[in-house]
Amino acid sequence: MLNILKIAVRNLARFGRRTLLTSSLITLGIVGVLLFVAVAGSFKTIMIGQFTDSMLGHLEVHRKGYVASIDSLPLNLNMQPTMIGKVEQALSKMDAVEAYAPRVKFGAMFSNFTETTSIRMSGIDPEKEAATTPLLPGRVIEGSKEGALLKPGEILIPALIARGFKVKVGDTVVIVATNRDGSVNGKTFTVRAVLESVSGPGGKDGYITIDDARALLRMKEAEVSEIAIRLKNPAQLNAVYAQLSKELSSIAGAGASAGTGTGSGDMSGTAGKGGGSGLEVHTWAALSPFSNIANMIDLLAVFIKIMMVSIVLISVMNVMMMAVYERIREIGTISAIGTPPRRILGLFLTEGLLLGLGGAALGTAISLAAIYALNVWKVTVKFGMQQNIVLSPAVSATDIMTIAAMVVIMALLASLQPAWKASRMDPVTALGHV
Amino acid sequence: MTLIRAEHLVKTYRTGEVDVPAVKGVDFVIEAKSFVAFVGPSGSGKSSLLNMVGCLDHPTSGKLTVIDTDVSTLDRHAAAEFRGQHIGFVFQDFNLIPVLTVYENIEYPLIMVQDWPEDKRRKQVMRLLDAVGMLGQEHKRPDQISGGQKQRVAVARALATDAKLVLADEPTANLDHDTAYRVIELMKKMRDELGTTFVFSTHDPKIMSEAEVTFMLEDGQIHQPLPKAGTIHA
Repeated sequence: MLNILKIAVRNLARFGRRTLLTSSLITLGIVGVLLFVAVAGSFKTIMIGQFTDSMLGHLEVHRKGYVASIDSLPLNLNMQPTMIGKVEQALSKMDAVEAYAPRVKFGAMFSNFTETTSIRMSGIDPEKEAATTPLLPGRVIEGSKEGALLKPGEILIPALIARGFKVKVGDTVVIVATNRDGSVNGKTFTVRAVLESVSGPGGKDGYITIDDARALLRMKEAEVSEIAIRLKNPAQLNAVYAQLSKELSSIAGAGASAGTGTGSGDMSGTAGKGGGSGLEVHTWAALSPFSNIANMIDLLAVFIKIMMVSIVLISVMNVMMMAVYERIREIGTISAIGTPPRRILGLFLTEGLLLGLGGAALGTAISLAAIYALNVWKVTVKFGMQQNIVLSPAVSATDIMTIAAMVVIMALLASLQPAWKASRMDPVTALGHV
Repeated sequence: MTLIRAEHLVKTYRTGEVDVPAVKGVDFVIEAKSFVAFVGPSGSGKSSLLNMVGCLDHPTSGKLTVIDTDVSTLDRHAAAEFRGQHIGFVFQDFNLIPVLTVYENIEYPLIMVQDWPEDKRRKQVMRLLDAVGMLGQEHKRPDQISGGQKQRVAVARALATDAKLVLADEPTANLDHDTAYRVIELMKKMRDELGTTFVFSTHDPKIMSEAEVTFMLEDGQIHQPLPKAGTIHA
């Protein structure tokens, strides 16, 4: 085997320019794919992290029908305390859950006493919210990031409204809301901080404490609109989704049943509805339009991989066919002196394999160097409301191994036909070839 | 001892719709350790005959026995194995593998055809390098040596597996007369030293005279063999 390897290496070296060209094509293909996977993957991860860690959480539980009419933030579809208790009981039993936060969401009017505009409000438990969406405090662009996120009587307002209404930290503003019965109530709040607006649902919400929200809405009971859940490991999203759906469906009285949807695939997969007649579980992907972009990124990666495979297939097959054609007399000679056909096959397959391995190794090395460079000289992108998103391109060992294996397998497959042809060559015809 | 026996050997090629007879029912016997030439003009059937004896091609009809084996019925794999075990080849164009050194070319059949251990390979290759006068040239590539040297290496490669039979198709056609003569002398010397049977084809009358048995071929048929008294090693 070692000798076949040695001869194969020399044969590749003999046609150095052609070998170099083919290897370069394979290398280029691998670099393209790995860089795309690293950069697009980084963008996807950062954006998903933004959504899950600063707004949505990984999963949310709502009363059935709430998400379908989420644009109007219906107060009549809030969860009642009994439901909330049962959800909290289910969550407390799940090891994969790191934290959860109840929210009261409602539409309101925001006023600085001279101008008024509409605003989406979230009533939150500051401690639980910070544990569930840990990037939320990081969105504070004006005001103190120290201490509690919110205190009773304080409000966090989005930057768009703060700029538009020239409201500063410490100013007093009024929030006016209509409760479930249709009566209107207003309450003054002190602006604690201004939040950076981010793309996605809830990215332009204002925040007050959940008790203030309930008081403003004159709730008789401690209702919540949703419970956001943070997982210890986001990779467990689908498993937890399924488990939680099952748990909620078995809660007697909650009326929930296992959903028919799936939290399929990955973080970008469309989550189905996990509730039956009472409660629904949604993954972040079901709540954020970014999941479609994430799916597109995955699809693009697949297309780029297909292109790379085609490049490898065509270039290796081309070079191996040329190699067989140019060495017909040589094949005739080694066949005449008794080289078994399987060794002739092995020799040409080894040449193809080496082309694939060489290209894969070089491509991976260049890609890793480029990815390292992109991490040293930071690359920033702009997406929607967010400026200067700093990418941290990274590629997993699994991705590297998968792509390298694809290249090597394709190189072998591409060599198979020329190698087979060489091994089946009639020695007399081959020796007589001019 | 008979090494090769051909009985009513026929080879016909089909070119399009036309049958082209190359060998027309020849009979001959070649004894072991002999030095035999098939002589004839171009197209007389020399190469076709050598190809059949070398198990590179099948006869259309007739029987051909080489080293006690009916080679006319061997399939592709069996023929390759038989060649690898028993037959060495020397080609008109030397056909050395260009990416390998002189040493590696001789070693090639010991690796790719037979699986000799490395120390045994080394001894065999060094012995043959010495025998063909190529010691000191073993690290050169084929493009760094002369035509005569290439053919010496080719002879050494043919003998590497201790073949009982070496077939050489026009081994001197691409060499000048002196070199050609020296190659034939080398082949004869190897026959004497190793007892290998050499069968070669030529159309050069001077080279032909070096053979101990000569089969004259013309239009696919053999004329009377012309033995030289006292030179057949039976």
